[in-house]
Amino acid sequence: MQHVSAIREPLVTGGKTLHDVTQDICYQVEAKPNIRWMAALSVALFFLGVFFYSVYRTVWYGIGEWGLNKTVDWAWDITNFVWWVGIGHAGTLISAVLLLFRQKWRSSINRAAEAMTIFAVICAAMFPVLHMGRPWLAYWVFPFQNTFGSLWVNFNSPLLWDVFAISTYFTVSLVFWYIGLIPDFASIRDRAKGTIAKFSYSMLSFGWKGSAKAWSRYETVSLILAGVSTPLVLSVHTIVSMDFATSVVPGWHTTIFPPYFVAGAIFSGFAMVLTLMLITRVVFRLEDYITLEHIALMNKIMMVTGSIVGVAYITEFFIAWYSQVEFEQYAFINRATGPYWWAYASMMTCNVISPQLVWLRRVRYSIPLTFVLSIIVNIGMWFERFVIIVTSLHRDYLPSSWAMFSPTIIDIGLYLGTLGLFFTLFLLFAKFFPVINMAEVKTILKYTVDNGPTYNPQKAAHAAHTHQPAVGAPASAPINYTKHD
Amino acid sequence: MTKRFAVGIFEDEDVLLHAIENIRAAGVKIYDVFSPYPVHGIDDALGIERSRLPIAAFFFGMTGLAFALWMQIYMLGFDWPMIIGGKPHIALPAFIPVAFELTVFFTCHGMALTFFTITGLYPRPKVPVIDVRATDDKFVMAIELDESSSQFPRLTQLLRDNGASEVNQKEMTNK
Repeated sequence: MQHVSAIREPLVTGGKTLHDVTQDICYQVEAKPNIRWMAALSVALFFLGVFFYSVYRTVWYGIGEWGLNKTVDWAWDITNFVWWVGIGHAGTLISAVLLLFRQKWRSSINRAAEAMTIFAVICAAMFPVLHMGRPWLAYWVFPFQNTFGSLWVNFNSPLLWDVFAISTYFTVSLVFWYIGLIPDFASIRDRAKGTIAKFSYSMLSFGWKGSAKAWSRYETVSLILAGVSTPLVLSVHTIVSMDFATSVVPGWHTTIFPPYFVAGAIFSGFAMVLTLMLITRVVFRLEDYITLEHIALMNKIMMVTGSIVGVAYITEFFIAWYSQVEFEQYAFINRATGPYWWAYASMMTCNVISPQLVWLRRVRYSIPLTFVLSIIVNIGMWFERFVIIVTSLHRDYLPSSWAMFSPTIIDIGLYLGTLGLFFTLFLLFAKFFPVINMAEVKTILKYTVDNGPTYNPQKAAHAAHTHQPAVGAPASAPINYTKHD
Repeated sequence: MTKRFAVGIFEDEDVLLHAIENIRAAGVKIYDVFSPYPVHGIDDALGIERSRLPIAAFFFGMTGLAFALWMQIYMLGFDWPMIIGGKPHIALPAFIPVAFELTVFFTCHGMALTFFTITGLYPRPKVPVIDVRATDDKFVMAIELDESSSQFPRLTQLLRDNGASEVNQKEMTNK
């Protein structure tokens, strides 16, 4: 039996029983979509329209629709790609790394965070594929035989490693997420009333019945998938950083890149998880499952990774000076004081200074402040990638070819468009899939200290009369509960 | 084929675990136990052997690694050797990322497919369950009955004595 200290904050509040969990999570799947959801979906669909228009322009007229020039030949596209991939990392961190570390609080956020991973990787993949110019030939990046493309692919290229890394990451995350969803689909299936719902969730649940043997295998599979996903998530952003680090461009050619990028990825990912969770918990009334404690814990991880990123920024500067390579030194001085100083300043403010506010308990536990902070961090991390990519390229070895980058309306449209794509997918997920892993929350329910209802006043009054567990007894225990061990 | 079951419903996982132990000790064979979440200790109580899936995972991983190395060495080293940046044709350090990714890819998908196959999970339009509450908040123990269901009263008593809140008889038709 697990033992939980009495001073530990409850992971689920509101005196929930097992049935309450099913009821609360299935509610939004079974209920008619509410007006806030519809409104959000229409905004997302509008931006999805912007995305399709921008894709159409890019594919029909070519990459010339973007603001790239001869000097700055990677800009918003790769910035967005790295930004989206980075956001995805928090999902895997929550679902895999925190599982291995037995952090039980992950239970109520892992489902949505994993969904975020999958949708973020979809958005990320759009950019390299569109940058190819002929996306219908995208399969040429895979090792097909001579007659398909020219020769074999070059396995020495980090861009090719990226192909393998991102496709593995996407499919593994998808499978991990889906296996976790199966028992919850079964819960919805067994409650479903309508024929269509019954049929759809029967298909989705793969015939899950919750038998003891199936659960035993399920747990083994989850553990192994977590075990392989952990090095995988680190490898993905390592390889993304190698797209830059293995080149000879001053400002990119840095050995610190892999850990620096991984920390940055988790940093931005947690910011995005916070943004999404703060909205989801209010829209779907999940305050008892995603508590202030969860928000504070995520804030702490954001602060730690943000500080690692800050140290990395300073180390880069130090090494540029210490290396005595004048090109490297110029690249960094130009970054901070050149024409793109404003991007650098935004990056420093948003990523290094703002997360330090989390040291204050008042900020860590404040919903509005956390929300603002998470948006600021997302903006800062976008600027980080922009700074790394554009300021390193825009002044190359030949001063005659120095240039500035200005995005076209299509560049902007494509970026906003992927946001539309992301939120469309996320909203559909939140409506039709259980946003919280019910089975996993149920496992912790009995072993979480809970001093009673917090949010739902009606239930609080009700529970006060009927439900008063003895001191030290689990919250969900029946009244005549006797402790076994 | 129709099977008959005595179905005991339990409210609490600890009660369930003790019931499993007592019922097995009484010499009754438990057909299966269905629960809304994985109950720790149920494997030992039911005598379920430790899954050998990790061994399968290891072999899938090794297959992926071997395949990735063979693919890269064969393609760039033998089938169509190219000079890339003056590097050796078989540049093993550069092959590590793809080899790693494919190891993970094979492990994960091999595991998932094995899991689905041995557990019998595949999309189907209708799922007959013994008790729908097993995926909600109840722990359901099924004990198979013979044609005449003569043991049912005895089993009812046994289940009740071990803390079952409800005992039902249920027929399941397997096609």
